Amino acid sequence: MRKKQWIACLCILLCGGVFLWFAQLLLEPKYMSGNREGAMTAEYYSDGSPHDVLFLGDCEVYECYTPPTLWAEYGITSYIRGTPQQLVWHSYYLLEETLRYETPKAVVFNVYAMRYGEPQNEAYNRIVLDGMHFSTVKLRAIWASMTEEESFASYLFPLLRYHSRWKELEQADFQYLFHRDPVTHNGYLMQTDVVPKELDIEGEPLSDPALPQICFEYLDRMRTLCEEKGIQLILVKAPTNFWGYYWYDEWEEQIVSYAGENDLPYYNFIPLEEEIGLDWSTDTYDGGAHLNVSGAEKLTSYFGKILREEFGLEDHRADAELSAVWQEKCSAYEAEKNGGT
Amino acid sequence: MQFNSIPFLLLLSAALILYYCLPGRRRWYVLLAASYLYYLAAGAEYLIFIVYTTAVSYVTALLLQRRADAENAELEANRDALTKEERKARRAKGKKQRFRILVGGLVLGFGMLAVLKYTAFVLSGVQLFVPSLRIPDLLLPLGISFYTFQSMGYLIDVYRGKAQAERNPLRFALFVSYFPQLLQGPISRFGDLAHQFFEERGFDGARFRAGLARTVWGYFKKMVVADTAMIAVQALVEQKLTGAYVVLLILLYSAVIYGDFTGGIDITIGISELFGIRLKENFDRPFSSRSVKEYWRRWHITMGTWFTDYVFYPLSVCAPMQRLSKWSRAHLGPALGKRIPVYIATIVTWFLTGLWHGAGWNFIVWGLLNCLCILVSQELQPLWLRWQAAAPRLSSSRIWGCWQAVRTFLLMGLIRSLDCYRNVPLTFRLWGSMFTDFNWGEMLGSLTKLGLTPADWGVLAAGILVLFTASMLGKREPLRERLSRRPVLLCVCLTLGVIVILLFGSYGIGYDAGDFIYGQF
Repeated sequence: MRKKQWIACLCILLCGGVFLWFAQLLLEPKYMSGNREGAMTAEYYSDGSPHDVLFLGDCEVYECYTPPTLWAEYGITSYIRGTPQQLVWHSYYLLEETLRYETPKAVVFNVYAMRYGEPQNEAYNRIVLDGMHFSTVKLRAIWASMTEEESFASYLFPLLRYHSRWKELEQADFQYLFHRDPVTHNGYLMQTDVVPKELDIEGEPLSDPALPQICFEYLDRMRTLCEEKGIQLILVKAPTNFWGYYWYDEWEEQIVSYAGENDLPYYNFIPLEEEIGLDWSTDTYDGGAHLNVSGAEKLTSYFGKILREEFGLEDHRADAELSAVWQEKCSAYEAEKNGGT
Repeated sequence: MQFNSIPFLLLLSAALILYYCLPGRRRWYVLLAASYLYYLAAGAEYLIFIVYTTAVSYVTALLLQRRADAENAELEANRDALTKEERKARRAKGKKQRFRILVGGLVLGFGMLAVLKYTAFVLSGVQLFVPSLRIPDLLLPLGISFYTFQSMGYLIDVYRGKAQAERNPLRFALFVSYFPQLLQGPISRFGDLAHQFFEERGFDGARFRAGLARTVWGYFKKMVVADTAMIAVQALVEQKLTGAYVVLLILLYSAVIYGDFTGGIDITIGISELFGIRLKENFDRPFSSRSVKEYWRRWHITMGTWFTDYVFYPLSVCAPMQRLSKWSRAHLGPALGKRIPVYIATIVTWFLTGLWHGAGWNFIVWGLLNCLCILVSQELQPLWLRWQAAAPRLSSSRIWGCWQAVRTFLLMGLIRSLDCYRNVPLTFRLWGSMFTDFNWGEMLGSLTKLGLTPADWGVLAAGILVLFTASMLGKREPLRERLSRRPVLLCVCLTLGVIVILLFGSYGIGYDAGDFIYGQF
């Protein structure tokens, strides 16, 4: 081959590469409507301000705690890195990754995911992992999370996963090709509907009450990471009242025992429902599985007091720069709550 | 490790880099290591079987060679002392001894294949009479039919003196396990392949480019055409739909098997060319064949020639068959008498061909139906010749040729559908439904209920059109060969090919048609 031919071939390959990169951007799901949870992981990187508290966990964090309320009532800055069915290793790697950007004073981990010892579902893996910025942490998170049917390469080159989406492209795919709109309020995904709880529930008997060992191993790693950085790790269990999210006494005992052995604070809000002021006829949007905005504000208000009194987190409301940032966030939050977007 | 998996592409890339970094004489070590790594990835438990076949054929071939060498040396030493008859007698005696060694090797080699592949099938037949019989769940190692046939063919070649036995066990192990062809052939001959592994040659850019083009072309056939059509085929088979749906299945499965098998072989041959190794062609535009016999000269050529060389011809000329031929000529007359041995050899060959494809009645019936078509068409030959003489213009016209190709295509598609349903009575019932259920409107209206969207059907149709066009344009010389002489145009086509495969191929989560069909045989 002559020199000119080599150059021509390189140019062609480069064009092909650019085309594929563009195709990947186009075909990746945007999650701007419908399953907005898919956009949550990536949204974190656009929030430049530091946070006192980092929430980690599944829907029981991103539906139950509202950072704007925590700011408005206590002047505590926070961010929720929650995703649907976030497993313990997801939480660990999100924590490790977050610590590359900032060092919060407290990390709040919701323990419901301790029940899952194996990767559950590709879709939930995607929601957590696709949005993470490329790093060695992400690579390790992928290895730890993949189900048998998944391939590592499809996380590095999402085109391999989403290639068949060309059949279902819509306007949003073009509109959000190079940017995304925020879908949460510092990780809080607002739900304003009210669907009251109808029946009292009782969980099915457990065949094996032991929480998986691997979950405790990752919890240990979270604990060690927090200790190394001087961060207070707080374990919580959000209030739920739904059969699919039943929290068993046997699980509770194991978490209490772990927290006791490792000198970690643990707050189970299920028995504190009355004290918090939760009303399952008005404070849930899905019959008791998750809190709506009204319930989330009540729980946040209650938990904020704990954060202030028990862990001494400062009030930053006097900080003009932070106040300006959070004022904007609170306005957006109120606007959505009152029927805007 | 499928050809279209990332681990395979990584293994291939690493092997290529190492291969061309090493000096020519040592390159074959890379191929051997890659082959065993590839096999190991399929499951460590399979390794013992390929090692067994390698060891059996290696030792048997050495014994055959030693025997033949000793025999020749003895005859040479006593050249003047022995009369012509004595030499002939000694040769015959030596041949008999070597034949015994060969039979021993074949029994050991084919024995393992028979035990692993056919035990369950045979026992399931016995179970009809002895219901309490338990059928063991035996492993079926990856590519066992291919490497067993290749090794046993080598033994026969050494016995016949067509090949010299390889004395280096590692070199021989590479011949048996060469990874690009391990999964689905082609079934190579020792004389064609082995020397290429060890000869020194520099990097051939043109051959490398042609190999790359062929590999990408193979992936296109497999991932864009075969795997997309397979989704609808699976839906049709699962729902056992009748009438017009059976016609649709025949057409779609033809696209599947063509894309899958010829695509797989394109990848195999293409990858080999990247290493500078030329494999035998396994296909020669088979769907343009005008008769079943011609089809089988153009489809899975290496398997066809294997059965012809190692089963049909030896069977046709063996002593019992010669005796039968004499007897049948004497008792049934020369016309019918001379056909009897040919018929028997043809039937046995096709029975074994069916059995080679799988342990099931559907494969046996498939083989015998092919045989029936060939024999019937042979019998009708005089009639055809008479018609040809009566209508010379029509019989030599292009339209008639097209009709013959379409007829052969449909007939082969029909027989091939036994492979889809894997149940002979059901298949026959569904064939019958084509003439009783005229549900064409319903079928056309429910195309999108077969797992493919209208867009998928569009991709499939476009893919088939591309295959057809390439086949027509490549009548004289394959397009890729022409392209390999124009590097820039080739680069454009390769880039476009990769883009098309990545965007429109059926792969990843949600698609489970990734396995190569012939890998199961």
